[in-house]
Amino acid sequence: MNAPGFIREERDDTIFVRVEGDWILENGLGRIDKALRQLSMDSLNQNLIIDLDGLGLIDTTGAMMLQRTMRHCGKRESLTDLLHGFQGGNGRQRKLIERAASVLEDCPVDAPRPSQFIILLDRVGRSAENMIADGLAITSFLGQTLVTLVRVLSQPKKLRMTSLVHHMEESGLNATLIVGLMSFMIGAVVAFMGAKILSQFNASIFTVELIGISVLREFGVLLTAILIAGRSGSAYTAQLGSMNLNEEIDAMRVIGIDPMEALVVPRVLAMVLVLPALAFIAAMLGLLGGALVSWTVMDISPALFLTRTQDAIVIENFFVGLVKAPFFAFVIAVIGCYQGMSVEGSSENLGKRTTMSVVQSLFLVIVIDAMFAILFLELDI
Amino acid sequence: MTDASNIIISVKGLKTAFGDFVVHENLDLDVREGEIIAVVGGSGTGKSVLMRTILGLNPAREGAIRVFDTDILKADERDLHEVDLQVGVLFQSGALFSSMTVLENVLAPVREHLSLPWELQRDLGAMKIAMVGLPRDAANKFPSELSGGMRKRAGLARALAMDPKLVFLDEPTAGLDPIGAAKFDELIVSLKDSLGLTVFIITHDLDTLYAASDRVAVLADRKVIAVGPLDEVRETPHPWIQEYFSGPRGRAALKSNGTVSGRMPEKSDGS
Repeated sequence: MNAPGFIREERDDTIFVRVEGDWILENGLGRIDKALRQLSMDSLNQNLIIDLDGLGLIDTTGAMMLQRTMRHCGKRESLTDLLHGFQGGNGRQRKLIERAASVLEDCPVDAPRPSQFIILLDRVGRSAENMIADGLAITSFLGQTLVTLVRVLSQPKKLRMTSLVHHMEESGLNATLIVGLMSFMIGAVVAFMGAKILSQFNASIFTVELIGISVLREFGVLLTAILIAGRSGSAYTAQLGSMNLNEEIDAMRVIGIDPMEALVVPRVLAMVLVLPALAFIAAMLGLLGGALVSWTVMDISPALFLTRTQDAIVIENFFVGLVKAPFFAFVIAVIGCYQGMSVEGSSENLGKRTTMSVVQSLFLVIVIDAMFAILFLELDI
Repeated sequence: MTDASNIIISVKGLKTAFGDFVVHENLDLDVREGEIIAVVGGSGTGKSVLMRTILGLNPAREGAIRVFDTDILKADERDLHEVDLQVGVLFQSGALFSSMTVLENVLAPVREHLSLPWELQRDLGAMKIAMVGLPRDAANKFPSELSGGMRKRAGLARALAMDPKLVFLDEPTAGLDPIGAAKFDELIVSLKDSLGLTVFIITHDLDTLYAASDRVAVLADRKVIAVGPLDEVRETPHPWIQEYFSGPRGRAALKSNGTVSGRMPEKSDGS
């Protein structure tokens, strides 16, 4: 293919343009775009005649560019027909150019961009507004969930057992392996830390306290909650979100099934029931990991570890850890369901909501954990 | 009409299967340059699978597929890429990229393959959007803000972005109201006439057959059981064809479109 181009001749008040080469997009039309615009500007107050005899192949873009030059955003007056100003060329070429005239846009004007500072202020304002609106919406959803939950629990017939058991398996049973393995390793890591630092003070036996308190009180339940938020909370959002996009939730409403009752309550309840169990497994396996490392690295025998744990670690630590689990579970499930029910429009929004679900539930889990820490400090437990 | 040397797609002895389930067996089909061929068939006869196989999105068990003289089943990446540049596809639901505006969607293939000045990109995108009959303010909308018909038009604009020689349309009029569907048929015919496109349409829509197709290929029993101009195909004694064309909908479409398998008069698409 020959490169597209044109030769420009001026005679009196008329500009003759002889078109050459193949005016095909891939053939380098981008390179002559600027020159054509210039030609169009120059010829605005003169007659323009475009001669097509030297034209080879032409595609829609080429035709559009020729018409754009001829018409100059509709500013050139006295154009009688769609092919006014064009000479020569074969039927197909003329047809394409004629057609291009009808789809030509007026010169688009790029909207003036506001200054960067205004954009910054705009975005800050919008995010603040969104945050408040989101907070209110979550609170409202929380209330709705609680009302539905109470209603369902007072009429146990309305509880969907199949769904409940399914979600308990999905978010509970299927997560045991990963939760157990993780806390086992966390226990081991804490023990290694204690072994290294406490032995400097000849106090390696306190490793038992370190492991016991940290794993029972915080790590077991907190890390389980974090893992479950990433694993099951996001799954709730994705499930409900894709149902939402598929209009399944609207279909449920029309049929007369309350989605809160059918979708949200079983998920929330399942999470509240299984997370404490998972946290318990996590705490026990954390202790096991710690005990194993204490035994192999510091020669603290399992029997000694056990008696020391029973003597020194008050049982409160264990309950303080476990009592937080249902609260974490509730928050994770409610946020996951809320974000899923709020998906709208496109699958891109679904992805965004899933990310937001994980971020928000992690944030809230930590906030609640901190609040419990303050509460227990005041209660002196 | 066109002679045998102008065959753009040639499918010979094609066999496709998913596991043990055979979709096509011994399927032959030729598509000639510059024609609109409509592929019809009952649900589940593998119309979309055929299209996907021709596009190289789906593996074939046996047979040969040539598109623009490139053997799709044996070609390497680079040859397939060359073919892709000359082919545009409108998927069933438009398959627009949901994170991009309509303009960005239309320009996506152009930006991927060429580097053009922004002004030309903008003009090019605006032209394609006007060409498929979308209003100008649709350019900056996201796919989720468009109606089904507009989404299909935007998908067509993207399919046409690189001026392909061959366009595949997967049920272009499904889900459109009759007026929108008729306009879409007109649009396809007028684009074919002015751009010299070859169009491969998968459809259930009898009106599209009457309004837009040059030839019809009927898929049944795992192969193409009849191919030719509509009037000829309609006379084939195969039971599915008889039921399809003689059923209440078939008769209604025949009545409203006349006996000739001709097209609607070309109208310039309002823009």
